[in-house]
Amino acid sequence: MEFTRKNNNRQLLSRIATNDGHGENSPYFDGWKAYDSNPFHLTQNPDGVIQMGLAENQLCFDLIKKWVLQNPEASICTAEGVDRFKDIAIFQDYHGLQEFREAVAKFMGRVGGNRVTFDPNRIVMSGGATGANETVMFCLADPGDAFLVPSPYYAGFARDLRWRTGLEIIPVHCKSSNNFRITRQALEEAYEKAQRLNKNVKGVIIANPSNPLGTVLDRDTMRSLVTFINDKKIHLVCDEIYAATVFSSPRFMSIAEIIQDMDCDKDLVHIVYSLSKDMGFPGFRVGIVYSFNDAVVNCARKMSSFGLVSSQTQFLLASMLSDEEFVENFLRQSSKRLAKRHRVFTKGLEQVGISCLKSNAGLFFWMDMRPLLKEQTFEGETELWRVIINEVKLNVSPGLSFNCCEPGWFRVCFANMDDETVEVALDRIRKFVLQGTENAAGAGNKCKRRQKNNLCLSISSSRLYEEGLMSPAHMISPHSPIPQSPLVRART
Amino acid sequence: MGLLSRKATCNSHGQDSSYFLGWQEYEKNPYDETKNPKGIIQMGLAENQLSFDLLESWLAKNPDAASFKRDGQSIFKELALFQDYHGIPEFKKALVDFMSEIRGNKVTFDPNNMVLTAGATSANETLMFCLAEQGDAFLLPTPYYPGFDRDLKWRTGVEIVPIQCSSSNRFKITESALEEAYQQAHKKNLRVKGVLITNPSNPLGTTMSRAELDLLINFITAKEIHLISDEIYSGTVFSSPGFVSIMEVLKDRQLEKTEVWDRVHIVYSLSKDLGLPGFRVGAIYSNDPIVVAAATKMSSFGLVSSQTQYLLSAMLSDKKFTKEYLSKNKKRLLKRQNKLVSGLEKAGISILESNAGLFCWVDMRHLLSSNTFEAEMELWKRIVYDIKLNISPGSSCHCSEPGWFRVCFANMSEDTLKLAMQRLKSFVDSMNVNDSNKSHQELKNARKSRSRNKWVFRLSFQSFHDREQDER
Repeated sequence: MEFTRKNNNRQLLSRIATNDGHGENSPYFDGWKAYDSNPFHLTQNPDGVIQMGLAENQLCFDLIKKWVLQNPEASICTAEGVDRFKDIAIFQDYHGLQEFREAVAKFMGRVGGNRVTFDPNRIVMSGGATGANETVMFCLADPGDAFLVPSPYYAGFARDLRWRTGLEIIPVHCKSSNNFRITRQALEEAYEKAQRLNKNVKGVIIANPSNPLGTVLDRDTMRSLVTFINDKKIHLVCDEIYAATVFSSPRFMSIAEIIQDMDCDKDLVHIVYSLSKDMGFPGFRVGIVYSFNDAVVNCARKMSSFGLVSSQTQFLLASMLSDEEFVENFLRQSSKRLAKRHRVFTKGLEQVGISCLKSNAGLFFWMDMRPLLKEQTFEGETELWRVIINEVKLNVSPGLSFNCCEPGWFRVCFANMDDETVEVALDRIRKFVLQGTENAAGAGNKCKRRQKNNLCLSISSSRLYEEGLMSPAHMISPHSPIPQSPLVRART
Repeated sequence: MGLLSRKATCNSHGQDSSYFLGWQEYEKNPYDETKNPKGIIQMGLAENQLSFDLLESWLAKNPDAASFKRDGQSIFKELALFQDYHGIPEFKKALVDFMSEIRGNKVTFDPNNMVLTAGATSANETLMFCLAEQGDAFLLPTPYYPGFDRDLKWRTGVEIVPIQCSSSNRFKITESALEEAYQQAHKKNLRVKGVLITNPSNPLGTTMSRAELDLLINFITAKEIHLISDEIYSGTVFSSPGFVSIMEVLKDRQLEKTEVWDRVHIVYSLSKDLGLPGFRVGAIYSNDPIVVAAATKMSSFGLVSSQTQYLLSAMLSDKKFTKEYLSKNKKRLLKRQNKLVSGLEKAGISILESNAGLFCWVDMRHLLSSNTFEAEMELWKRIVYDIKLNISPGSSCHCSEPGWFRVCFANMSEDTLKLAMQRLKSFVDSMNVNDSNKSHQELKNARKSRSRNKWVFRLSFQSFHDREQDER
């Protein structure tokens, strides 16, 4: 009776509600689950899983805290700011606060090296970059249309670009042989293939700097992209969410800068931005759609009703981002700290013979674990990944979850932990690589000593997974805002 | 093939409707007591501005919540990082308790069945994505909130089929109207997935009777479809009969854990009750775990800022405050509504008797030159441009009868309301004078006077179009 009732009701839901388009049933999230049930804590749970699958920027909160304390008038709730409470609390205009748009436009310009100015009237709000990407798709394409996406790409694109929009993603596979650069040839091939399959390609979407690669696009590649989309009369969407995480040369170039000196149809070019990575504010849900196409600006603005930025947050950030001295210092410090953290990890890994794709941006590095694969297949990658999660106790993200076409690559985040945790993580990796795997107590797993970098991976993965799962209800996450609650963490 | 999507180039966003045009006119010439005393008074905006002093005084007494602190310690970092779409647990608990309190604690809600969204706008759209798709329809009683055309239909592809309600029975939903709407949908080859009601009603300002709610439950049970109850105005009920929530009726009829229980979903928001539309706090409440799961994932596209969740979690957990707020807010709404009603009465205008909301449903049928929607538009334009009051014409709310207008009363000072009523009275008085002149003229020369009146109305219409050209 119960089953019939649930089944009947299930048929009354939409396909979107009951399909897998949200992407969360992917094994990618097993790593998260392992972390959630056994989160590392330096003193309280030193054997727990270290979270290295979450691209967060936690390196500069001291600077922000200091600014918040020194600027109580930026909050509409303090004695200094409460005079603005009513006006801000009522403000639901989807144009957004003028001062907010101006501050964001200025910030984007500064992040782009002041080589281009952004027009505050083209700044449209959205529910994070998640909302921005979906909204842009709704504006540019119809159900059944397709977008080309160079791989490896952010796992969340599968949901953001496709789930409710009905669009298709056609990956443009990039290879390690040329450091995963996007080539004109690869684009043409993907486009032609789509044509043969009768897919209507509406555009290309890229992330620059790249997630998961951590690299910036060079000028030639960007110009080539612009020429490509211009020739085909399709759109180019540039997700620049990691723009201010560039910590060494070459510098970041916004697509806005590139098209300034190019003869192209600007109505085809759109930017997605957010403060979640550059400033480290994913909780504040600040996403931005910036388009050179007036009709897209107007449409996206109307759609922003579905995900406006809280006016309380707009007000705070308008004040913060207008503080030029603060912004200068923040960007400078952030780069320095990211560079240092990146160096510590990459050097540490080099010492044990693990190389990473040369990168200069992002909150992660793209680690090459191909030498450690039992076999150069995705099954081999998945096996290695389960070992890393359950034995080494690091939640890293396997390349397959980014749609990488070659097995053996892993994205490892480095900016979401303190220095002590970095040491522990590095130590674990070193031990893992140098000594090979050990049996967990009572597991009955076999392990053979092999030469240098070969590891025994003939371990039942389901058994490993069980061992990784503990449910200590008393476990307290160091990052939970509510100290007594069980860990709650985002799934993206 | 078009460069942009069909959604970008159609006008299903509904913003060409008169509802929004009135807003635009107001923006160009907004009333200000000192700076622009002849400007347009905004009476088309359903905002609650009556109780900000209560909120501000709470803030003054709670500095920690105001400045990202807990027990004196800064939690800025934790909040800035918190993007879990399950929401801050304390906030959801405080919100469900608040919802319970509004319903006289006759029903309780489980925070695990609640999904936070960026405003009710997002909640309604998200529910549509979960419950329906292209080729499906939801039935809505008329008149309804103009924003539904965008929120329910635009990006989802779902259709709205109206359940026609009329003034003959004070716009109550009847069984025959429900059946008629259901058949209409079928004629259009649409599959009916559910009914969506707003209770208390926007734009009527009335709460639904238990009889209507029973009727709806029977209907959705028989048809095996969903019911969405948008209860965004539940905290604005200021007089009897009180508010009866759909959940209460289900409970009273012992329908918990039955099939229909899982098909009833509530939408809520803090935009009207607390007067905080800028903060974008909406919620979906459903007893169906699949809907909750799907909607939770979708909420990624419009989460509530953690900064805002934290502030409101502290505020709504303060039960002393919520009790005082709800009680004072109601009293003020009642008082203000009475002022509007008596002001209208002086102008010889009556309203649909109302006990909730931030507006009244005003009967101006007697002021129409004819019983048509064209006449309603003519009257509306005169009210916006000549009397300088932005009110919302019934046609923008899909009302089936011309002559009704929604007039808001809680988004301005008492003095402004008084002025608005004076302007209205002057207008009506002058119309009456014209009318009596008209009948006198008609006695003398019928054809001549008719053509002159036509000429007067045509001029008004013409000047509106001219403005459109210049200023759009």
